[in-house]
Amino acid sequence: MSKDAIIKQELTKDDFVSDQVVKWCPGCGDHAILSALENVLPQLGKRKEDILIISGIGCSSRFPYYVNTYGFHGIHGRALAIASGARISNPDLSIWVATGDGDSMAIGGNHFIHAIRRNLDINLMLFNNEIYGLTKGQYSPTTPFGQVTKTSPYGTIESPFEPGELCIGAQGTFFARGIDANPKALTEIFLASARHKGMSVVEILQNCVIFNNGAHKHLNDRENKADRQLWLEHGKRMLFGKEGNKGLILKGTDLQVVTIGENGISEADILIHDAHSTNPIIHLQLIRMRYPEFPVAFGVIRDVEKPSYEQLMVEQIKAVQKKSPYLTADALFRSGTTWEVE
Amino acid sequence: MIEKAQKIIELDEVVVKFVGDSGDGMQLTGTLFSDNTASVGNDFATFPDYPSEIRPPHNTISGVSGFQIHFGQKPVHSSGDVADVLVAMNPASLRANLKNLKPGGTLILDADTFIDKAVEKAGYMQNPLEDESLKDYHLIAAPISRLTKESVSELGLDNKVAMKSRNMFALGITYYLFNRDFAPTDQYFERKFGKNPLIVQANKSVLRAGYIYAESVAASATTYTVQPAVLPKGTYRNITGNIATAWGFIAAAERSGLELYLGSYPITPASEILVELEKQRQLNIKAFQAEDEIAGICSAIGASFAGSLALTSTSGPGLSLKSEAIGLALMTELPLVIVDVQRGGPSTGLPTKTEQSDLMQALYGRNGEGQVVVLAASSATNCFYFAYQAAKLAVEHMTPVILLTDGYIANGSEVFRIPSVADLPDIKPRLAKANDPDYAPYRRDEATLARSWAIPGTEGLRHRIGGLEKEDITGSVSHDPDNHQKMSEYRDAKVQRIARYIPQQEVIGEPEGDLLVVGWGGTYGALRNAVQEVQNEGKKVSLCQFNYINPLPENTTEIFSRFKRIVVCELNFGQFVNYLRIRHPEFTYAQYNKLKGLPFKVSELTKKFNQILEEI
Repeated sequence: MSKDAIIKQELTKDDFVSDQVVKWCPGCGDHAILSALENVLPQLGKRKEDILIISGIGCSSRFPYYVNTYGFHGIHGRALAIASGARISNPDLSIWVATGDGDSMAIGGNHFIHAIRRNLDINLMLFNNEIYGLTKGQYSPTTPFGQVTKTSPYGTIESPFEPGELCIGAQGTFFARGIDANPKALTEIFLASARHKGMSVVEILQNCVIFNNGAHKHLNDRENKADRQLWLEHGKRMLFGKEGNKGLILKGTDLQVVTIGENGISEADILIHDAHSTNPIIHLQLIRMRYPEFPVAFGVIRDVEKPSYEQLMVEQIKAVQKKSPYLTADALFRSGTTWEVE
Repeated sequence: MIEKAQKIIELDEVVVKFVGDSGDGMQLTGTLFSDNTASVGNDFATFPDYPSEIRPPHNTISGVSGFQIHFGQKPVHSSGDVADVLVAMNPASLRANLKNLKPGGTLILDADTFIDKAVEKAGYMQNPLEDESLKDYHLIAAPISRLTKESVSELGLDNKVAMKSRNMFALGITYYLFNRDFAPTDQYFERKFGKNPLIVQANKSVLRAGYIYAESVAASATTYTVQPAVLPKGTYRNITGNIATAWGFIAAAERSGLELYLGSYPITPASEILVELEKQRQLNIKAFQAEDEIAGICSAIGASFAGSLALTSTSGPGLSLKSEAIGLALMTELPLVIVDVQRGGPSTGLPTKTEQSDLMQALYGRNGEGQVVVLAASSATNCFYFAYQAAKLAVEHMTPVILLTDGYIANGSEVFRIPSVADLPDIKPRLAKANDPDYAPYRRDEATLARSWAIPGTEGLRHRIGGLEKEDITGSVSHDPDNHQKMSEYRDAKVQRIARYIPQQEVIGEPEGDLLVVGWGGTYGALRNAVQEVQNEGKKVSLCQFNYINPLPENTTEIFSRFKRIVVCELNFGQFVNYLRIRHPEFTYAQYNKLKGLPFKVSELTKKFNQILEEI
C-alpha cells in the first residue's frame, strides 16, 4: 500500500475541521459548501500540511479560517494573484481558492481571466450569490439586470457577467456548476476539480439568506427543480425533467429543449455530453442556458487537458539548465566580458 | 595599430558624451566605448539619457538620445557634469547638449546632417556651422554620412543599411582621440553579426574609416590617454544598476538556500530587473510576468507564504498600485522585497528620467499604522549589495523591505568588482521546524521580535494568517482593542530594532566640521565629488550619504551633532529632510533640492555649499 493510500485511509472529515467558530449567518449557503469540501479533502491522498486554502475578501473569504490546513486570507480581489505565486513557488501543494462574485468578478476580474488563461493548477470555488453580502447588500457583477439593491434602488442598469462565459473566453480547461442546496453533488464536483490538472473553476450558486434570499430559489424548489436543472455527466445523454423525458438537441447551431416521444424525438436524438471536447462551443451554450427557456446546466461542463503553467515552468527550467553553462551565481557573475586586476 | 606621431597628453579623467537622434545608435556607441574603456583598465561610470518614445519625431530636440561616460585613473563616482568631448550626430542633439560641453572641449559633428531643414527643425535660426557660435570649441566637423557611405561602397550594401553604421565612424574618431584598440569592438561585431559577414565587415571598415579620418584630417588634434586606474585585485566587469540589483537577489537566494521568486509587471525604468531574472531560468529562478502591478506583488506574497525568497520590482506608479498589498505583507509579517526604481513623477511623469520623489510613498504610502524597512542604493554597483541586504533583512526579520534605486543608477553602469557568493554575509531565514511544539504563528523572537516562517508542507505547523488583525501569539482573528495596540507596537518595534543589526552610518571626510552634506541613495556620486572639491579648497565639509532610511542608523544624531550646519540635498522638494525633521527635530537642516529629472551637477552643489559656508 502506498504512503498516500495510508494517509487517505487515516484522515476523515473531522481532521479538517478547525478550532475556529464558524461565523456565517445561520442558514447561509456557505455552511454546505464548507461541509462538502471537508468531505473531499480526506480523499485527495494528501497530508493536511500539503493543502493550502487562499481567499480574498467577502463572506466566502473567511473560508480558510474554518479548515484545518494551511490558509491565507488575502485582500479584496487578489486571492487568485496570491494563489498564483504560491502555486508557482510550490507545485506540490493542493491549492483551493474561496472567492465570491464581488471578489473575483469585479475587483479581481483581471486576475480571474489571467489565472484561467495560464491554466495554473488551482481549484477555484466561486460562491455566486449575486450580491455583496459582507458590505450589506450592494449589487454585484452577477446581479440580474433590473434587480433592486441598496445601490440600485431603481433597478440595475448593467448586464451581469456569466462566470462560465468568462472562463471559456479565457480559454478555461475546467468549468463546473454546483449549488449549495445539493452538497452531495458538490462533493463530486470538488473531487473532479481536484483531479483536473490545471485551473478548475467551480461556480457554486449560493444563497445569501440576509441580502439576496431566494436568488436561486426558482431553480431549486422541490416542486420544479427536476424540470429546471440539467445535471450533466460526461458520456451521458443530456436528459432532465420529472419524468426524465426532456432533453437537449442541436438544431442548426443552437440548443433546443425537446420531449422524447413528441414530434418524432427518440432518446437516440438527445445530445451526449462530452466534457472533454476541446471545442468549447457546446460548453458555452450549456453555460449560457437560462430559465425559463432552458434548464440551468449543473455538473462538470468542461474538463479538458492542457499543460499547467507551473508544469511548463518547471520543464523550461530543466531544459535551460541542460544548455546553460552558468548554473551557479558565481558562474553567472563571471560570464561575458570580465577582466582581471592584479 | 596605425602608427602615429601625435602629441599624447595624459589626463586624470575625461567625460565623453555621445548624442544623436533616437535610432542613431547612441546607446550602442556608448556601450562599445565603455567596454573599450574597461579593457584599458580605467574606472568609469556611465549615464544613458534617452526619451520615453521608441522613435520620436526625426531630428527634433525631443528625439535626442544620449550616453555619457566618465572615466579616469582614479575611482570615478559619477557619470560627470560637463563633457570634455561631445559627439553630436545631428543639429538637434548639438543644440540640446552644447551647454554641457566644457569651453575649449572637443566637438565632433556629422557635418552632413547640418542641412537647412534639420537645422531649422532643431530650432536654430542660423546654421551653427556657418556662424561663430562654435568657435570656443575644438571642432571636428566631419562629413560622417558621406564618408560612411564611401567606406562601405565596395560591399554593395544598400544605402539604408550602410547608413546604420554612421555611429561607428564617430566611435572611430573617439578611438583615435583616446588611443584605443579596435580589438574589443571587433569582437563585439563578430559576436553580434557573425551570421552576416558583410555587416561585420561594414562596421569594421567604418570604425577604421573614422579613426583614419581623425588621424589624417584632424591631424592637428592632440590625442589623450588615461592611465589604468589603481583598483583592488580582483575580477571586474561593467554592470548597470538594474542588473546589479537582479544579481544581488540571485546571490541572496543562493546564500540563503531559498528559491528566488519575482512577480513583476513591465515598467520603465525597472523592467530590466524582470528581464534579467526571466533570462536566468537555469538558476531555478521563478520569475513571473503578472497581468498587473497588483498581481505582481500579490503573487510574490503568495510565493513568500509558500517559502520562496519573494520579490516584486516596479517604479513609482507601480508602487502606488502595490500599496494595499504592501500592507498585507506588513500585517502577515512575511518577508518580501519591493524594488522601486524611482523616476520623475507624479503620475506617468518622466518615465525615463531620474528623481528621488517616492521616498514619502515608500515610508508612509499605506493605510493604517505600520512601518516597513526602507533602503536606498547609492550607485550602480552597490545596488548589488543593497539588494542582497534587503533580502537578508526581509527573511531574518520577517518584514517587507522597500529598496529604492533610481533611473540614474539603474541605467547607469560602473566598473564592478565581482564578489564570490561565499564571501557574502550569512543569511539565516527564520524557518520553523516541523512539529515544533512551541510554534505559534505570532510567537516572536525576543531579540528581533520577528515571528517564524512556517511554510506549507511543514508537518504540524498548519496555521492561517491574513490581513485581519491577529491575536498575539495564536494568530487567531482578533478585534480586541488592547491586542490591536499591542500588535501595532510590536510591528513598529520590530522594524526599529533592525537598527541594531545594520552597520553604523559612515562619514566621508572629517567626523566634525562646519558643514555636513547629507544625501541619500543615488545622488552619492555627485555629492561625493562636490564635497571633495570643496574639501580640496581647505574647507571643513563632510558627506553623510544614507543607504538605511528606515530605520536610520543608530549613530545618526551623533554624527549630526558634530557639525555647525547640515544641508540635505535631494532630487525632490525635501522628502528626506522633512523625514529627518520628524525623526530628529533637535537639528536645523538647510536643504538643496532639484526637480529636473536629471542628476545633480557638481558645480551647482559646490556653489550651494560655499554659499552656506560663507554664512557661518
